[in-house]
Amino acid sequence: MSKPGKYPVRIPRKTLNRCFFMLLVLILTLQFQEVLGVQRFPRPEFESGYVQPETLQPSARSGVLAIVDVLILIISLAVVSWLVIKRRSRLLVFWFSLFSLVYFGFYRQGCICSIGAIQNVTLGIFDSTYIVPITVIAFFILPLVFTLFFGRTFCAGVCPFGAMQDLVSFKPQKLGARMNAILGLIPYIYLGLAVLYAATRSDFIICRYDPFVGIFRFDASFGMFLFAGALLISGIFIARPYCRFICPYGVLLNWVSRFSWKHLTITPSNCIQCRLCEDSCPYDAIDMPVTVKNPETKSATTRKFILICLLVPFFTLLGGFTTSRIHETLAKVNRKVALTNMLLETSNNKDQPESIDVTTFKSSGKPISQVYSEASLVLKQFYTGSWILGCFLGLVIGITLAYRMVMIYRTDYIPNKGTCFSCTRCVDYCPVERNNEGLTK
Amino acid sequence: MNRRRFLTTGIRASILAGIGGAGAMVASKAGAEQLVWQLDPAKCLQCGRCATDCVLTPSAVKCVHVYAMCGYCDLCGGYFKPDTKTLTTAAENQLCPTSALKRKFVEDPFFEYTIDEPLCIGCGKCVKGCSSFGNGSLQLQVRHDRCVNCNQCSIARNCPADAFSRVPLSKPYLLKQVNEESQAAELTGKKGSSDE
Repeated sequence: MSKPGKYPVRIPRKTLNRCFFMLLVLILTLQFQEVLGVQRFPRPEFESGYVQPETLQPSARSGVLAIVDVLILIISLAVVSWLVIKRRSRLLVFWFSLFSLVYFGFYRQGCICSIGAIQNVTLGIFDSTYIVPITVIAFFILPLVFTLFFGRTFCAGVCPFGAMQDLVSFKPQKLGARMNAILGLIPYIYLGLAVLYAATRSDFIICRYDPFVGIFRFDASFGMFLFAGALLISGIFIARPYCRFICPYGVLLNWVSRFSWKHLTITPSNCIQCRLCEDSCPYDAIDMPVTVKNPETKSATTRKFILICLLVPFFTLLGGFTTSRIHETLAKVNRKVALTNMLLETSNNKDQPESIDVTTFKSSGKPISQVYSEASLVLKQFYTGSWILGCFLGLVIGITLAYRMVMIYRTDYIPNKGTCFSCTRCVDYCPVERNNEGLTK
Repeated sequence: MNRRRFLTTGIRASILAGIGGAGAMVASKAGAEQLVWQLDPAKCLQCGRCATDCVLTPSAVKCVHVYAMCGYCDLCGGYFKPDTKTLTTAAENQLCPTSALKRKFVEDPFFEYTIDEPLCIGCGKCVKGCSSFGNGSLQLQVRHDRCVNCNQCSIARNCPADAFSRVPLSKPYLLKQVNEESQAAELTGKKGSSDE
């Protein structure tokens, strides 16, 4: 090796050429080194005995613990169902719901949850490349299965959201049937949108706008903190506002619970219409006896039936039509559509500085036409999706109206199997003793 | 009453079949292995959204130092602001907004850089500096002791480079490592040119 500065004055042409070639290679490798992962500066050879520290790679929560979560869910569902159906003890259900709040809420930080699992399952059905974790499927299915057998015991003592709101419901007020019906439409809208966005691979809105997860983590954004605060404060007067008027999973539980095999009953034996339980339910979920002296005439019933038969399809089509008009607005949440909008905006007014998304897209070298065609495909999905969503919502509105028109005769006080959370508050108000028909305590 | 009971039982059975069917349909391709979120440093553009878009504050994404790749430079592109005149640890010289990147003298002329992880917010400023002027040994990674593994990573949703993906739990990091082979080739190439 010759030292630098000691080169002979005249360099042979052949050597010069080789030198040039080497330089070229060096420059090229320097250019591509980022791709190849080559170092610009070689690793030094230390003389002072310096020991290189190791790069720490902390591991994630082990998969075994996820199975433990599922086991705890199964045990919780079984225990609460037993407490509700067999023990009929409000106190024990309350204490168990505190455990659920601590475990599924503050320890697991509200994630994994059955409410959000709706989206994973939807995405799993519509996107063949998406792999749904088996624990998420379990969290989606198990509460539904238990509800089919025992009513909404999941809401009573397993769901941490319900437990949290139950803690603050000090002065529950009655809202009235009409208010309950109107506000009760919100979960259907939320569920419909969540399914639409999950099916079109756009967003998981249930997780994004989850009010309580931020509280469980002591780390909420300001907006979500306000939302959660508003829910909890209104929860003092309106018991469980999230569960009744927002929760999209509650819609599914409501449907399934209507056909539940065994459901919580207010009285252990026969109702004596003593009216003691009338005001016991903070959720307006007790159906009162309906007895009228003059039942509807046959012609009035027929007229109502025809009206309903016309109303329901009308609302369904109206809903579908209306929602399909706003499918472009709905689609803005999708990233591909958003990127297309950004690209169009930058090409329209060139004065504004372009966003990083646009810059990245331009440097990626993908043709713009590809993004446009992808976005228009998404728009088409949204068009179909918004028709389905709108029809669904219209149908729900129609059926809600129809339900309010129909007279359902009842003689006893019974919990509404759909909206009852099986919290067992009403049980303590019933004076009838078990296995002792009609005898008061 | 009998007809009603028959109907209810029928509906109950069909609901059960429906739930089971939907579950089986999704479960048929469910992965046995759990997946976690990770970002690929090769795709990362250091746009800074990792610091702002995570559901956690500070973000679960942090800068990770692959020491084996580091050149232990005195003039570190990840540590110093580009217009720094004196190479001291004075706060005005540091690129890191939270002073999470620590500089320690090892031996002349080498300095060791370590990350004080609790301070790191994952903004990627040092990563940008290191990959533009240095070896790229500073890299952003999702730290799995912090990540809550959301259903849908809210950074992934807004990542302009599509650098986020789900990776198997058993291999949860995607760090760029030294490519020994090409490094050796480069070294011999340098040697060859200086030989002449």
